[in-house]
Amino acid sequence: MAKSSHSILSLSDISDAELSKVLGKLVSHGGIDAADLYFQKSHYESWSLEDSIVKQGNFSIEQGVGVRAISGEKTGFAYSDEISLKALTRASKAARAISRQGQKHSVNAFPSKHSKFHLYDAVDPVDTFTAEEKVKLLESVDAEARRLEPRVTQVMVGLAGERSSILVAAADGALATDVRPLVRLSVSVIVESNGRREQGGAGGGARVGYGYFLEDERALEYAREAVRQAVLKLDAVDAPAGAMTVVLGAGWPGVLLHEAVGHGLEGDFNRKGSSAFAGRIGERVATSECTVVDDGTLANRRGSLNVDDEGTPTQCTTLIENGVLKGYLQDKLNGRLMGGASTGNGRRESYAHLPMPRMTNTYMLPGKYEHDEIIASVDRGLYAVNFAGGQVDITSGKFVFSASEAYLIENGKITQPVRGATLIGNGPEVLTKVSMVGNNLKLDEGVGTCGKEGQSVPVGVGQPTLKIDELTVGGTNV
Amino acid sequence: MANNSNHVKKKRKELESHVALALKVAKKSGADFAEISLAEDNGLSVSVRNGEIETLENHLDKGLSITVYKNQSKGSSSTSDFSEKAIRQAVKTAADIAKFTAKDDYSGLADYDDLAWDYPELSLYYPWDISAEEATDLAIECEAAALKTDKRIVNSEGASVSSHASFRAYGNSHGFVGSFPATSHSLSCAVIGKDNDAMQRDYWYTATRDSHLLENAKHVGKQAAKRTIARLNARKISTMKSPILFSPEMSAGLIGHFIGAIHGSSLYRNASFLVDSLGEKIFPDWMHIYEQPHIISGLGSAPFDSEGVTTRSRNIVEQGIVKSYVLDSYAARKLKLSSTGNAGGVHNLCVEPGKLDHSGMLKALDKGLLVTELMGQGINIVTGDYSRGAAGFWVENGKIQFPVEEITIAGNLKDMFSNIVAVGNDVDLRGNTRTGSILIEEMMIAGG
Repeated sequence: MAKSSHSILSLSDISDAELSKVLGKLVSHGGIDAADLYFQKSHYESWSLEDSIVKQGNFSIEQGVGVRAISGEKTGFAYSDEISLKALTRASKAARAISRQGQKHSVNAFPSKHSKFHLYDAVDPVDTFTAEEKVKLLESVDAEARRLEPRVTQVMVGLAGERSSILVAAADGALATDVRPLVRLSVSVIVESNGRREQGGAGGGARVGYGYFLEDERALEYAREAVRQAVLKLDAVDAPAGAMTVVLGAGWPGVLLHEAVGHGLEGDFNRKGSSAFAGRIGERVATSECTVVDDGTLANRRGSLNVDDEGTPTQCTTLIENGVLKGYLQDKLNGRLMGGASTGNGRRESYAHLPMPRMTNTYMLPGKYEHDEIIASVDRGLYAVNFAGGQVDITSGKFVFSASEAYLIENGKITQPVRGATLIGNGPEVLTKVSMVGNNLKLDEGVGTCGKEGQSVPVGVGQPTLKIDELTVGGTNV
Repeated sequence: MANNSNHVKKKRKELESHVALALKVAKKSGADFAEISLAEDNGLSVSVRNGEIETLENHLDKGLSITVYKNQSKGSSSTSDFSEKAIRQAVKTAADIAKFTAKDDYSGLADYDDLAWDYPELSLYYPWDISAEEATDLAIECEAAALKTDKRIVNSEGASVSSHASFRAYGNSHGFVGSFPATSHSLSCAVIGKDNDAMQRDYWYTATRDSHLLENAKHVGKQAAKRTIARLNARKISTMKSPILFSPEMSAGLIGHFIGAIHGSSLYRNASFLVDSLGEKIFPDWMHIYEQPHIISGLGSAPFDSEGVTTRSRNIVEQGIVKSYVLDSYAARKLKLSSTGNAGGVHNLCVEPGKLDHSGMLKALDKGLLVTELMGQGINIVTGDYSRGAAGFWVENGKIQFPVEEITIAGNLKDMFSNIVAVGNDVDLRGNTRTGSILIEEMMIAGG
């Protein structure tokens, strides 16, 4: 039997010709007008430290194939954790049950050349360090946190690395492979002083090997940052409550864009008319200071992909340009149904999940103001620098994000740190209140994970310093 | 009864034989101790939208995870491949990892005497013989009922039916091997309403182990529509202090934060505002919280926890006082206590219901905010600080006045718990936490 030229299939009995044959059977079944096969082989490891010792290590393997058959707006889906012709055939039969009648289609020929992108090296992070080196890295982070601050009572450090190899073959002729490395290091510390206990956290990651954490003392910087945040909170006062001017710091606070506009611009919600942004292309949804993009093509970044999970090369999509709504994030299904094309945003958590439009790295382009100038312009307000994450109701447009590090601004100066508080606003409205955009665009450190309909995918966010004239701050102090 | 069917017997035997094999391989490889857990889940989910099928998904997920202990060091690995070759590889990988993790005096299996050597049959398995076509029809019926409830229901996010059957097995080198089957079925619907150019969405669902006990499809659809309509024309309210009534669904989350704060891992790390709270009065003295892991067909029921430890009915809070933490064997050893059978979580956590029904609770609230939705992660278990986005209804004279949105509610969990005024008897039975609505004397609302 002819072996496949793709390494992901090399141990199976599935040849290249078989891919076309299985897809051919799917689309020759009446009414199926699109179909794809998604093969995945991944492994994942994690190591964790607490009480100054590395207590746990885990290694897991995940592999399988997902078969999708589409008929108009209908999708049939089945998968198997076995990569074999028998399992593939069985899953195909189950998936095509979505349609019983209609036009028959044929498979387009696969191109001989694949995506030109090479945004990250096909390394296996697990092999980039020995087990001893991984343990040593965790211990060095713990030691740094404890060295810096005697009031540290607990340090928890987690190191995770994975490599995911995928192969997508679709009846429309798309054929793509990608090898996706991903690493992440996170630190959490508890400090205690005069009976008060506070927590601080930091971390980072990228599509690289573990050596990344040793460059520029990155891992130690995470420890320093976690300690800084925890100690700062020991002196924090109650956060204010009510509507006020809010200045968001550069970088991770870009989670605002992810929640307030990003999700609302995903194609599925707009095709179905369930998003507060539906039907608003060409309308003003932000001040002219604001240009927001989703860019999956940034080298080595956590949210980047050479190709999405439907085999479409990723791209930089402008969502909002100078305040005007320009475009949606699409996968193939929703792009086609809305009369357009995929924007390379079709993503899925694994072979066992269906793809849907998802963000990659979402950020706002820099504006003209100096950071200090923005702070100085505020009489009374909140300066929020770090966030624990957010959530949005895409239909009503209401979104929240929870500040974990924030300060009062009084008379143009940053004064006291305040306790954590949730900020709430209305997605289609909040960017119309952005009066100043900083010139200091920063992307996050690479720890973001986005959840949608039960599926998690790694993403990135970023922004320059932003001034929002009015946003509701959920503190306890009037 | 389906529980004794040959299929169930065969499946349990098959999984238990994988466990036995893995334990044998681990022992041979020189491990001091080992434990294996295995799960297999298969199911069907169908979603429809605007009267047409949208997705038909066939699920089959399985996984095996093994932990190996050698000289008090441990390593774990997992795989979805149950072949002998894959199991041998997984054992080897776990053993290799254990060479590099540190010696931890507290690590190890649960105590021999705590294991569920004789565990009860809890009737958790009721397979639903439903075809994709039948499931589609049921979902269409549910959605149709929602769409015709009110002309302001203008769009649909669809209705879905899902049916899952799972088998779980656990074994360890003390010689314990146990397994049990379970099913879960659900029907849900989400629709969108529009009035004065603004849209709102809400949903309703029903979930049970036995499909015969699911709420009627039309009822689920109508509930989803009624809840959506009730939210239309929601407005902000001004910043103020106010009494807050958490709906039963939101109360379950509130009680969940308490469980998170008395969870062994938060306690031994000193990462909780309830460190050393055993014997302390945290709730008002009329409040009782208990765990009932053996409720027949209960959604949270389990005969043993994820370390094989016997699950038992027990009081967690008695007369407002914390009587017991939530511990697995590791946290128990760290805290010099005994496992409470909570490796993997609590099972059917119950808050003793009070006398008032939903309208009685609204009367008790009199004037304040009824919270029916919470957003975001603004809960800090280390300090107890609580600040979340909220939506719900403004209540005056014990009657709902208008829907509210785009506000936050904030306080500190310790104060919130001690300031609980009443618990309703409007208990939500659809999940692992069974509680009625909870009324809190005062919290800060931030709005316009």
